Amino acid sequence: MTFEYTIGILLLPLLSFLVIGLIDYFRGKNGWSHKAAGLMGTCSLGIVTILCYITAFQYFGMDRLADGTYATVVPYNTTWLPLGALHFDLGILLDPISVMMLIVISTVSLMVHIYSFGYMHGEKGFQRYYAFLSLFTFSMLGLVLATNIFQMYMFWELVGVSSYLLIGFYYPLAAAVHASKKAFIVTRFADMFFLIGILIFGFYTQSFNFSFTGTEIIGAAANTFTNCNADKAFLAGGMILPTALVLMFIGGAGKSAMFPLHIWLPDAMEGPTPVSALIHAATMVVAGVFQIARMFPLWIDYAPNQLSIVVVVGAFTAFYAAAIACAQSDIKRVLAFSTISQIAFMMVALGVCLPGHDGEAYIDNHASLGYMASMFHLFTHAMFKACLFLGAGCIIHAVHSNEMSAMGGLRKYMPITHATFLISCLAIAGIPFFSGFSSKDEIISACFAYSPICGWWMTGVAAMTAFYMFRLYYGIFWGTENKELHAHHTPHEAPWTMTFPLIFLSCVTVGVGIFTTLGGFLHWDWASFGSFVTASGTAYTIHFDPQIAITSTLIAIISICLATYIFKGEEQPIADKMYSLAPNLHRWAYKRFYMDEVYQFVTHKILFRYVSVPVQWIDEHIINGFIDFTAWGANAGGESIRTTQDGDVRSYAVWFITGVIAITLLLICL
Amino acid sequence: MVPVQCFFVLSALLFFIGVFGFVTRRNMIAMLVSIELVLNAVDINFAAFNRLLYPEAMEGMFFTLFSIGVSAAESAVAIAIIINAYRHFKSDSVTSIQNMKL
Amino acid sequence: MANIIVFAILAAVILCAAIFSVMTKSIMRSVTALLFVLFAIAGLYFLLDYTFIGTAQLSIYAGGMTMIYIFAIQLISKRRLQGIKEKIDWKRMTIAGLVALTGCLTVIIAQLRTAFFDKFCSVPDVEVPMERIGETLMGSEKYQYVLPFEFISLFLLACIIGGLVVSRNQKEDK
Repeated sequence: MTFEYTIGILLLPLLSFLVIGLIDYFRGKNGWSHKAAGLMGTCSLGIVTILCYITAFQYFGMDRLADGTYATVVPYNTTWLPLGALHFDLGILLDPISVMMLIVISTVSLMVHIYSFGYMHGEKGFQRYYAFLSLFTFSMLGLVLATNIFQMYMFWELVGVSSYLLIGFYYPLAAAVHASKKAFIVTRFADMFFLIGILIFGFYTQSFNFSFTGTEIIGAAANTFTNCNADKAFLAGGMILPTALVLMFIGGAGKSAMFPLHIWLPDAMEGPTPVSALIHAATMVVAGVFQIARMFPLWIDYAPNQLSIVVVVGAFTAFYAAAIACAQSDIKRVLAFSTISQIAFMMVALGVCLPGHDGEAYIDNHASLGYMASMFHLFTHAMFKACLFLGAGCIIHAVHSNEMSAMGGLRKYMPITHATFLISCLAIAGIPFFSGFSSKDEIISACFAYSPICGWWMTGVAAMTAFYMFRLYYGIFWGTENKELHAHHTPHEAPWTMTFPLIFLSCVTVGVGIFTTLGGFLHWDWASFGSFVTASGTAYTIHFDPQIAITSTLIAIISICLATYIFKGEEQPIADKMYSLAPNLHRWAYKRFYMDEVYQFVTHKILFRYVSVPVQWIDEHIINGFIDFTAWGANAGGESIRTTQDGDVRSYAVWFITGVIAITLLLICL
Repeated sequence: MVPVQCFFVLSALLFFIGVFGFVTRRNMIAMLVSIELVLNAVDINFAAFNRLLYPEAMEGMFFTLFSIGVSAAESAVAIAIIINAYRHFKSDSVTSIQNMKL
Repeated sequence: MANIIVFAILAAVILCAAIFSVMTKSIMRSVTALLFVLFAIAGLYFLLDYTFIGTAQLSIYAGGMTMIYIFAIQLISKRRLQGIKEKIDWKRMTIAGLVALTGCLTVIIAQLRTAFFDKFCSVPDVEVPMERIGETLMGSEKYQYVLPFEFISLFLLACIIGGLVVSRNQKEDK
């Protein structure tokens, strides 16, 4: 079985980026129309999607190895920069999680490409938009197919660049420029830690690979390892590898918008909505989760205690984001905070995994359920969150505003959007027979296996999730209609290019949900996600823990009912009463607990005043001063000997003879 | 025969008298005269060395010969230039030619 | 012995005339002193038994060049300026004197300390035969000077033409 064709998965989006970006022929009347650019991008992505599906079928259809795992296939791995013992490689690595990510990325990207035909219709930067979308797809695919951490870092940065370009797509708007800068700077700051982690890792293990087979490192005992710098490793008390991994996690936390590096994601909603769907819901923001999943064997073997950091950060972020989402009025902001919260779920799921004890392979204990649950939730979340964002885009397209005050009662005008939005909301709330149920359920049961506090905390956050999502749903589609606004411009259903992706994604959501729910009840092993993607690679069947399943479903239904009761009607007396009881709380939540103001304070008042100003003074006076001094010196030197050129040939002769005599004396004396 | 050091000292003295004259005099012709002194000093030097240190060789003598010839030519050209400069600057002193002063 | 006396006389003439030549204010006197120097140098050549060079010195230098200088002086010097006293530029003189003195001392001391002059060998008081000079001057083998001879003839031609071009009357062009 050769996977040589997988190179097309990387090359095609890159080629389409270059072609669409650089060709000046999409000029409308004098050349091809803009739509041709979109068509080119979509077709190339369609081919990429087909290639990804073929890869997935071929990969998962392969026979398993003797120990029950899927083989890791590396069709390409070329040395790009040899530096002595270390070398930077570029290649393609096929592995259950990377193949799963291929499917996610290509599907969502294709849907976004099709959707953008309708959404970006008539937009001036149509060609540029599709070029950047192709660049992003290339970067994200390269990230998941990376064979070593350094290649992942390269594509990580490329993804950041594409995100910057796409958030700042409407660059005439100051808010968009500000948001794109913020996104890039915050993620870049986090990536500094990522890079330091990579460097420490590379220095001590003398390689950038994801596992230790084939490198010089031999694990002497848990948490220690020996290599050529063994004395350094021992001096650090065996904490080198955990330090490197935690630093890399900080980088991932920045990209995945964990607290306190989450500030960029709500502002990134300034970009076009399909971009938010693709980048900031389904693919880029899960890069941090993917990074931990990729390095997971190292985490489990060498840094199991540090996983608790991941849990704490994830759990707090989930709660924080859910609290803020309950008070937002901009629908895209609600969805953004919801994304932060759900990604925190995935992080927590990864963090609650425990290594096996007493010689038990860790896959067989209930604790590594978290890994599989996290990946499964990544998959399902990508689908329904993309559907939610694209639906929000249809709504925004219809009412020309992001605020919930311009919406209300839209179910009459936009039936398809209504139905798909409802399906996705049910999925995210965790109702059975929708995909979110199985994935969220598994996360919660993994949390309960780790510690009951964690389990109840995440259940509480799940309840809040259901609550604010349905608050959003009722606020858009039920409630009071904004008659004045609708009188000017009656909202209408979106064109088929925009509704087709919605339908497709919700069908996936429902389909996966039915299969996994039934499969869990009826123990259909073939239909479970765990048969494909698990921590150790061997198949793992999901056992439905009925206690947790029923509890979580009940809690979800209670939250939905609460939301219905409060927000469904035309008047919302209870909401107003709640608001009047705790107006401060509402304001704080609305202002995102003032984190942006804290950052502004720290940067402007502390960093700029006490760090930047002295540095600027040094630069201006000392460094510039030195250069000016050399210039002055040269000038003064020249001025001082200028007077020897007095036009009188006799004085020239004097200088000449003096020089000769001086040189003669010099030569004699030496 | 006269010891060669005498010729050498004479030649050196004459040379530096010429240098002194070149630096001191203001009249252009006088500067030329000083240059002639310098050149003659060098000629004496060559001739004396050839005759007294290397009698079989002839290089010094021929060098002197050609040097005399070249000096003549050079004086002619220099005088032509001085005449031209005199016409232009209307003065025979070297301080009047100061166009190249910075 | 006689050589030394003759040499001393000639050397005295040379030095006194040279000093007079560079110190006098009148240009005609300067050139006349130069003439004396040239004659004395020709005498030195005759003392060294280089009659050919001595003759050349007399005819070219003493005869031709001094004439050129005198003609040039007549063309250039303004009669009205002859009464003007030149101010003696003491600063320039001091500098020049210092430089000259230093140079002289350096050269003399440096050379006298080398072993260069121990090669002195006494030669018979016979002049160099003319045939030998002629052969060497016109010969084309190694160490013979026909090429410089031809070259200098061209060189002189170039200088003549150059001198004419430089000093012609420019107003004729207009």
